[in-house]
Amino acid sequence: MQLTINGASMNVTAADDTPLLWVLRDRLGMTGTKFGCGMALCGACTVHVDGVATRACITPISVLAGKRIVTIEAIGATPQGKALQTAWAKVNVAQCGYCQSGQIMSAAALLAKTPKPTDTDIDAAMTGNICRCGTYPRIRAAIKQAAAGLEQKA
Amino acid sequence: MSEQMIQRRTFLAGLSGLVLVASVSRIAKAADAPKYGADGMQHGWRDDPLTFVAIGEDGIVTVVVHRSEMGQGIRTGLPMVIADELDADWSKVRVTQAPGDEEKFGNQDTDGSRSMRHHFDPMRRVGAAARTMLEAAAAASWNVPVSSVRAVNHEVIHEQSGRRLGYGALAGAAAKLPVPARETLRLKNPSQFRYIGKENIALLDSSDIYHGRAQYGIDVRLDGMLYAVVARSPVFGGKIARFDAAPAQAIPGVVKVIEIPGSPGPALFAPLNGVAVLAEDTWIAMKARQALQIEWNDGPHGTYDSVVYRTELEQAARKPGKVLREAGDVDATMAKAARKVEAEYYLPHIAHATMEPPSAAARIVDGHCEVWAPTQAPQATRENVAKRLGLPFEKVTVHVTLLGGGFGRKSKPDFATEAAFLSQQMGGRPVKVVWTRDDDLHHDYFHTVSVERLQAGLDAQGKTTAWLHRSVAPTIVSTFAPDPQHEAPFETGMGLINVPFDVPNLRIENPAAVAHTRIGWFRSVSNVPHAFAVQSFVAELAAAAGRDHRDFLLDLIGPPRRIDPAALKDSWNHGESPVRYPVDTGRLRRVIETVTREAGWGRKLPKGQGLGLAAHYSFVSYVAAVVAVEVSADGKLTIPRVDIAFDCGPQVYPDRIRSQLEGAVIMGVSLATLGEITFKNGRAQQDNFNTYQVTRMAEAPRDIRVHLLPATDWSMPLGGVGEPGLPPIVPALCNAIFVATGKRIRRLPIGEQLAT
Repeated sequence: MQLTINGASMNVTAADDTPLLWVLRDRLGMTGTKFGCGMALCGACTVHVDGVATRACITPISVLAGKRIVTIEAIGATPQGKALQTAWAKVNVAQCGYCQSGQIMSAAALLAKTPKPTDTDIDAAMTGNICRCGTYPRIRAAIKQAAAGLEQKA
Repeated sequence: MSEQMIQRRTFLAGLSGLVLVASVSRIAKAADAPKYGADGMQHGWRDDPLTFVAIGEDGIVTVVVHRSEMGQGIRTGLPMVIADELDADWSKVRVTQAPGDEEKFGNQDTDGSRSMRHHFDPMRRVGAAARTMLEAAAAASWNVPVSSVRAVNHEVIHEQSGRRLGYGALAGAAAKLPVPARETLRLKNPSQFRYIGKENIALLDSSDIYHGRAQYGIDVRLDGMLYAVVARSPVFGGKIARFDAAPAQAIPGVVKVIEIPGSPGPALFAPLNGVAVLAEDTWIAMKARQALQIEWNDGPHGTYDSVVYRTELEQAARKPGKVLREAGDVDATMAKAARKVEAEYYLPHIAHATMEPPSAAARIVDGHCEVWAPTQAPQATRENVAKRLGLPFEKVTVHVTLLGGGFGRKSKPDFATEAAFLSQQMGGRPVKVVWTRDDDLHHDYFHTVSVERLQAGLDAQGKTTAWLHRSVAPTIVSTFAPDPQHEAPFETGMGLINVPFDVPNLRIENPAAVAHTRIGWFRSVSNVPHAFAVQSFVAELAAAAGRDHRDFLLDLIGPPRRIDPAALKDSWNHGESPVRYPVDTGRLRRVIETVTREAGWGRKLPKGQGLGLAAHYSFVSYVAAVVAVEVSADGKLTIPRVDIAFDCGPQVYPDRIRSQLEGAVIMGVSLATLGEITFKNGRAQQDNFNTYQVTRMAEAPRDIRVHLLPATDWSMPLGGVGEPGLPPIVPALCNAIFVATGKRIRRLPIGEQLAT
C-alpha cells in the first residue's frame, strides 16, 4: 500500500495489521522511531499522523492510507521541531537518548497546539513518554526554552 | 562503519617497528603495577596515542572511546580529556566507538562507575603524547629546537618566526615519529584546562540523537537480515518438554523456527532455553511466536513465590548468621541499653527496564562472526559468542553500538549470544534478535531481593551504643557459581560492613539465602537495600532518641577521620587502594552539612509536608540528599523538590555529573514508589509498563537541585559518578514521608501504603 511519510509517497509491502512502527523500522529503514513497549505505554514510538501525536507501535498501517505521517527524521522541518531540537541540544537533555525521538515528537505536537504551555500542559502532553534515565526536568526546561524561542520569532 | 571511517583517515602514527615495541612495553609495565583501580581490572588500561587518536589531513581529530555509552556521557567525556591535553579545537573533534578488544584498548567493562575514574589519567597521557609528536614534527620541519615550539588550539606555533602549521598538515609527519616515553610527557597544569571541568559542552552525539540518526543496538540493519523473537523458559532453569513449530511456521513471512538450547548449571551470560522465530520483520516474528505451542518443564525453581520467599528471608534475618564484622560486645551492651530499637526492611526484586530492550544483530562471513550489540561488556560478549559458536576468539568481532540505557542489564550479553547462535544456525545469514518488553521483564538478571534487620541500643542520653545489622539477600555470585548462599565482599562492601559509624559495639551478620532466578547488577547494586535500611534506621533511632535527624546522623558518623577500609573489614573497597581511597568521614559530614543548609533543613513546614535526609558513601564518592514531600489527606504523594550534595573529587564533566545525579534522583524515586517484580510459580508476573510502572514526568520531582562540592585539587583521586547518587534517595524519601505523616515505610515499593 501507499503511505505518505515525511512528505514522500512510499510503497510499502507488509501485512495490513502491521503496526506503522515495524514498517518504518524494518521495511523502510527509518530507525529513528523507537520500540519500547508495543502497547502504547511508553511513547518511544511517537510519530505525527495528520499533526496528532500517535503511538506507531499500535497503529496498523491499514488505517493510515491518505494520512500525513511525520517522523523524527523530518520533524526538524517544522518550526516547532526545529526549535525543540535546538533547545534539546542547548539544555543537553539526553542521557542515553533512546526515548528522545518520542519525547521531541510529543513536545512538537504540544507546541503546535499550545504555543505557551504551562507546567500542567507539559505534564499532560509528556506523561505518556517514559524516560528511564530521568531527563524529565531538562525536557521540561527545553520545552519552555523552545516555546520562548518560537514566541520571539513570531 | 567506525572502522571504515578510521581507515579513510591518516593515522597519527604509522606501524613502524619502533612504535610497536613501545606499545608492547607499555602493556607489560601496566601489568606490573599494583593491583588497584584500573591496574586491578582485567587488561588494565592503555595509553597509547596510536590506539586512541587519529588525525586526518583535514585536521579532524577522531577519538576512539573504548567504554560503552549508556547515558553517562562518556563518549563526550573521554574525548574532552584527550582534546584538552592535545590542545585540540573542540569543533574538530569526532568520536568513534572501539570494538571489543581489551588487549588493545584495556578494560572495557562499563560498570562500577569506573570509566572516568580509571581512564582519566591514561587519556590525559594519550592527548599529551599526541601533542608532543605534533610539536616534534613541526620543529623538525622548521629545523628548530622542539623547545621553541608549542601547540595552541589545533596548530603548532614557532613564536620567534611566527610560523605555524595546523594539526592536519602535521599529522603525516608526526606519524613517522616514535611515541614519547610516558615519563617524559608534559601534562597541563589544571589551571590551563580548556574542556576538563568546564561548562557548556554539548554531547558529541547530540545532533544524531535529536534527529533520529543515532544507532542503538536495536537499530542495526544488515543486508538480508532476518528478525527474531524468542520464547524463553518462563521459569529460570526450565526446559522445553516438547513444542510444535508448525502453526508458527505456517504464518506468511516466517522463515524458520529454531530451538536455542540452554546450558546446565549457573546462568552465566548464556542464553536461556527457548524457541526462536525468524521472520521477514519483527511484527511477523512476534505474531508467530504467539502461535508456537510449547510445553515447559519448569525445573526446581517452578515453585518460586515472592510472598513465600519474603517470609523465608524474614525468618533467616531473625536468627544469627555468618558474622562479617564484630567489635566490642553487642549482646551485653544491647541487654543493658536504656532503649532498644529494631526494624526490618524489605526491598523486592527490581527490573532494569532499559528503554531499549536487549537486542543484538549478528552475521557470519567466511567463518568470522560479527556481532552488533548494545553491550556494557564487549570483551565478555566476544568470549561468550566465541565459546558458544565454537570459534576462536579472534574470529569474533563485537561492534559496540550506543546503549538505550544499561543500568547493569547490558553487562550480561545473553541476547548477543542468541543472535550469533541463530545466525550460525542460518548458515551465517544476518539475524537480529529483539526482546519485547515482556521478555525483558520476565528474563532480566534481577536486582536481588533483600530483608535487612537492624537492631540498636541507645543509652540514657540517646547515644547509640550497640548496632546489629543482619542482611539477607541472594547473591549475584549465584549467577556464576552453583548455590552460593552468602553475599560476596563486593556486595557486603556496598554499605553493609563499611558503615563508618562511631559505635563501639557493632556486629554485621549475613544469614544464608538461596537464589531462585537470575540475579544481577542493577545500578548501585547492594548499596540500594543497604542504604535504604541503614539510613531509614538512623532516622528511626533519631526519632526514638527525640533528636534532630541531621545532628543525630553527624554524631553517629563521629568526628572527621580517614578510616582504613580494612578496619571496617572491607577487603574490597570498590577495587581501589585503601591508601588513596580511605573512607573519609569528613567528606561524608560535609555533604550532609551542605545539603541540609541548601535545602533549608529545620524550616517549619505545614502539616502533611516533610523533609527527609539520607547520606551514603559508595563508588568512592560521598552523597547526601534531602527530599521534600507533600502527602495529601487521601495519601497522594508529591515530591516538589530534591536537593542532593555530591563529592566525587575533581569533576571532569560537571554537566554530566549533574545529569547523572538528576537521573539517580528520579530512578530512586521510581524504585521507591513503584518498582517491584513479583514471582508466582517461578514466573515473573509483570509484563509491561502497565504492571511494572516507572516514574513518569508528572510524578517526577519538579525541582532537583544538585550541589557539587567544590573540588579544585586535581591531585585528589576521582570518585564514581553514575551510581552513587541513587542509594540515599530511597531512604531520604521514606524519611520525609515519616516526617510528613508519621508513617514509617519499611517495605518497598511504597505503592498504596500511604492511602488511608
